[in-house]
Amino acid sequence: MAPAAPSTVSSPTPRSATAEPILSVNNIEVVYDDVILVLRGVSLDVPEGEVVTLLGPNGAGKTTTLKAISGLLRTENGAVTRGEIRFMGENIANMSPEQIVRKGIFQVMEGRRIVEDMTVVENLRLGAFTRRDGGSAIKRDLEMVLDYFPRLRERTGLAGYLSGGEQQMLAIGRAMMARPKLILLDEPSMGLAPLLVKEVFTIIRTLNRELGMTTLLVEQNAKMALGAASYGYIMESGKVVMDGTQSDLLGNEDVKEFYLGGGGEHRKSFKNLKSYKRRKRWL
Amino acid sequence: MDLFFQLLINGIIVGTLYGVVAMCFVLIYKSTQVVNFAQGEFLLIGAWICWTILVQFEVPFVFGFLITLAFMAALGIFIQMVVLRPMIGEPIISVIMVTIGLSIFMRAFSNWMFGQSAVGFPDVFGMNAVNIGGLRVEPAYLMSFVVSLFIMGGFFYFFKYSRYGLAMRATAFNQQVAQSLGISVKQVFAMAWAISAMVSALAGVVVGMVNGVSSALSFIGIKVFPAVILGGLDSIIGAVVGGLIVGVLENMAEYVDGQFLYWGNMLTIAPFWVLIIILVVKPYGLFGTKDIERV
Ligand SMILES: Nc1ncnc2c1ncn2[C@@H]1O[C@H](COP(=O)(O)OP(=O)(O)O)[C@@H](O)[C@H]1O
Ligand SMILES: [Mg+2]
Repeated sequence: MAPAAPSTVSSPTPRSATAEPILSVNNIEVVYDDVILVLRGVSLDVPEGEVVTLLGPNGAGKTTTLKAISGLLRTENGAVTRGEIRFMGENIANMSPEQIVRKGIFQVMEGRRIVEDMTVVENLRLGAFTRRDGGSAIKRDLEMVLDYFPRLRERTGLAGYLSGGEQQMLAIGRAMMARPKLILLDEPSMGLAPLLVKEVFTIIRTLNRELGMTTLLVEQNAKMALGAASYGYIMESGKVVMDGTQSDLLGNEDVKEFYLGGGGEHRKSFKNLKSYKRRKRWL
Repeated sequence: MDLFFQLLINGIIVGTLYGVVAMCFVLIYKSTQVVNFAQGEFLLIGAWICWTILVQFEVPFVFGFLITLAFMAALGIFIQMVVLRPMIGEPIISVIMVTIGLSIFMRAFSNWMFGQSAVGFPDVFGMNAVNIGGLRVEPAYLMSFVVSLFIMGGFFYFFKYSRYGLAMRATAFNQQVAQSLGISVKQVFAMAWAISAMVSALAGVVVGMVNGVSSALSFIGIKVFPAVILGGLDSIIGAVVGGLIVGVLENMAEYVDGQFLYWGNMLTIAPFWVLIIILVVKPYGLFGTKDIERV
């Protein structure tokens, strides 16, 4: 079954081939607890103003890659032991998360992780914690975010009582409040009903189109992710096994088979993944 | 009946003060997960430092008081960084032993430095007792009450509206989440101890003005445990309510005892009885949080 190409593909503004990407991960190796090697040489580029997606099965190392970029790795006793992470020309590997947020990278963690015992507005104001450009600019952005997510405006109680979809929007809104130069989204569709998944991806596209938000999007839902991204990487067991433009990946037979298969088929192909990999080595 | 109201008012005044110290305790517990058994000693040290500056060095009150606050902030940060930071990740019981050790050390140190006998503060206010609805209220008591309310208002504003107040709440909720927002958890920990030490010292100075400065000040730390456990260890509002309950209860127990029972010592014991009863009925205290569960 061939996947239908999504109809509303964002068309990124053409860039010169020589422009340096805002983020460039070069051959990094990540180790947890000094011994557990999880990433074995991951490289990827995120050009400014675009949505790039990082796909792959559970346990491939997608979250670890994001945490290496955002510095959150160290909160789990992990470290980048080789390679470098260049953000706007500077190597940020193993910097503290506080430093990295201040440099303009903001990670929306898996499972939304909003502060449940705070209100929507308090959560949003927290997003602006590192900003130094004054209360009125922050207030303006707060209004802007609430305009993007009108449903959040009506919610005055604690954020812990929001629905999963609303929490995801709050998590994205909170990231917008930091005015990041690069936003890292970790499985925003996880645990959401199909309709909400669609809504979340529409928002990601809209924010990219209207605000030029540069996004590195981690997903298991390849179909939706490729609908929003201009370029994609596929990871398996700690390595990038394939990468290509949106149309390359959507048209690729292997990607179709393992990541774009619909519904029940998906599970079946997933189970075959191991034997398949033995048959054909990527890279 | 006059005695009853007099004691009720005393209870409320003392209770708000307990509430303030309980808030300081909760502040540390909530943001750094440390049960601080040395909370009472912050009152003791703070009051002695302030007294020394005012009486020995004859510095004007406002300056002496500001110097005290600066010293206490430094002390709080020092304790957090040097004594407690290395304890991160250690079992909770080890951390508790460290704070108990800290309290013994601070008490012994102040007995050695400043002696044990009570000394009075210079009379800063120099007013006569005021008359409220036929009851005599010492100005020092009134001041204590006003200061306590002021501090509570300050806490409320800080946690609701200030950037760092929100950061502290986020850190209390989840340290990794806080870090993902660019908050330095180390900074928040140091700040929690600094604020807690400063406000406790302020409470110590207030009590010192009412009752004189003596080693008895650290006993307020002991009163604060039933208050915070009543309120729920991690609730600032609970701390205030718990403090009020303990203060009023003490004084009511004294009234009942003095009028009818003649058992003696009810004042100190009553709060603990109520504590036990409440814990049986509400194990998380009156305001303690169970996690939010969505349906
Ligand atoms: N904190 C950690 N300590 C040790 N191993 C970890 C830690 N987090 C993840 N891992 C391991 O790293 C691998 C990749 O995990 P992760 O990056 O979460 O993958 P993904 O996000 O693609 O599902 C898994 O095998 C997982 O068990
Ligand atoms: Mg993951």
